[in-house]
Amino acid sequence: MRRLATDTLIIAERNVVRLTRTPELLIGFTIQPIMFVLLFRYVFGGAISTPGYTYVDFLIPGIIVQNTAFGGFATALGLNEDVRKGLIDRFRSLPMARGAVLGGRTLSDVALNALSITILLITGVIIGFTFHTSFGDAVAGIALLILFGYAFSWVLAFIGLVAKSSETVNSIGFIIVFPLTFISSAFVPVASMPDGLRQFAEVNPFTIVVDAIRHLWIGAPSNNDVLWAVVWSVGIIAAFSVLAVGRYRRAAGG
Amino acid sequence: MSSRPAIEVEGIVKRFGDVRALDGVDLVAEPGKVLGLLGPNGAGKTTLVRVLATLIEPDRGTARVTGLDVVTEAARVRERIGLAGQYAAVDENLTGLENLTMVGRLYGAERAPAKRRARELLERFELSDAADRPAKTYSGGMRRRLDLAAALVAEPPVLFLDEPTTGLDPRSRLGLWGVIEGLVAGGTTALLTTQYLDEADRLADEIAVIDHGRLIAQGTSNELKDRLGGERLEVRLESAADAVRSIEVLAPMSDEPPQHAGHDVTVAVRDTHGVIVEAVRRLSDAGIEVEDLALRRPTLDDVFLALTGHVASDEDEAGGEAQELETRERAA
Repeated sequence: MRRLATDTLIIAERNVVRLTRTPELLIGFTIQPIMFVLLFRYVFGGAISTPGYTYVDFLIPGIIVQNTAFGGFATALGLNEDVRKGLIDRFRSLPMARGAVLGGRTLSDVALNALSITILLITGVIIGFTFHTSFGDAVAGIALLILFGYAFSWVLAFIGLVAKSSETVNSIGFIIVFPLTFISSAFVPVASMPDGLRQFAEVNPFTIVVDAIRHLWIGAPSNNDVLWAVVWSVGIIAAFSVLAVGRYRRAAGG
Repeated sequence: MSSRPAIEVEGIVKRFGDVRALDGVDLVAEPGKVLGLLGPNGAGKTTLVRVLATLIEPDRGTARVTGLDVVTEAARVRERIGLAGQYAAVDENLTGLENLTMVGRLYGAERAPAKRRARELLERFELSDAADRPAKTYSGGMRRRLDLAAALVAEPPVLFLDEPTTGLDPRSRLGLWGVIEGLVAGGTTALLTTQYLDEADRLADEIAVIDHGRLIAQGTSNELKDRLGGERLEVRLESAADAVRSIEVLAPMSDEPPQHAGHDVTVAVRDTHGVIVEAVRRLSDAGIEVEDLALRRPTLDDVFLALTGHVASDEDEAGGEAQELETRERAA
């Protein structure tokens, strides 16, 4: 167990070092979300009505949740590259803890997500976002974001192991992430959507997590969203860690 | 314990779909020796290495490394092996030093000793100048050396070198051969797969020839060559039109019918004494013009051709398919 923790940290450290050497990824995780924030705030924001809240207060929780889903792409792309380049074989031939490669991958996404969240919160505050809740609630919101981001990394870890190329990772990833994040309460109130989309959005875990963060940051009604967001996150981790580890083992031939 | 074979393989079968990549292979490698596993692309070499390195489980049969079963005692096997391969599995975004330090730590060493060991290996493999550069800036030869160094971090008693020089330019190849020779001089057991006969000839104490997932011969390079029955006389004719007649006049010197291809005639001669003189006399009596004439020992190429019916670098259809499966299985 100690070995698992040590090895996981070694792999996570490796991924973070790698990240600092791949500026194109870092730009993807920092500049791009800022552009999205500005785009929604100033281009679409004026046309979207969010009764009870200013659009910037409504938008920031939503866009940060969307962005944590993208953090997992580092895991998917990185794992996929490791499989293709034979690095996974090297790791498997070493007397290291079996779960450490996947554990380390998803763990390094936490660092990446923490960075993205910080950048987006600063951007948000500059363009007028304010917390309407206590310091404790704000921190709880950040913790929930990290948890949900970690959970989604496991989804993308699975995709990274299944996909044959980085292009496949990107297309599978986007096909999953775009509908889930846009047909949710992240950018517009769910009530404004037509039938069909609205029902999907209401049960979409992204809606639940966005609503939970809005509750914790701007005092939106609770509806037990925080509890359900935690349940979803834990459920996703449980399901996809089993799937991803199974896939990793199968790739190992048993 | 020390007399126990370093690698024992018994009846290993591994299927990928309908293709039997390994079809009942038996193999033994003595400690401190280099066993060369020779075969064309797709013969099953890489699959066997992957079984022995605990990366895939065989469908049938058993394999032991230093007496430990690769399936039931896989974790302990991993402590005693090093793997270097044709794919040069190093992290391109990490520096040479970072790569080796990481591997050392994953073998269980603390950071400081792992770093010391990494520097030592970089020095030994002449990579010290590139220690702090990301591996993606390395040349092909440097990458292979780094990959090999990674396999040596924990000084494992058994090394698997899977086509260590495939795709390298001749100069880097020679350099890497020197490195490998130095290694095994230190008493490490190595299983070296290769499709290059000269590589097996130079590096391996013993050679196992594998084709279509089966072991078809095993012995020292000399033993394998002796199987072909000694020396061969090679004659290059001025005119290919004389080939048939030259075969007629040379045939009495051999127990086997001479072979010919274009201008070249090959005769497996019974004994070497006076052979050249006799051949020249016979040919000149028949009025056949000769451009060149030489006596040589069979090469591993001859051995390979005789054993498998095709040349080693030949990529026949089934072989290509199995290779593709191996690659696909890696990617899965």
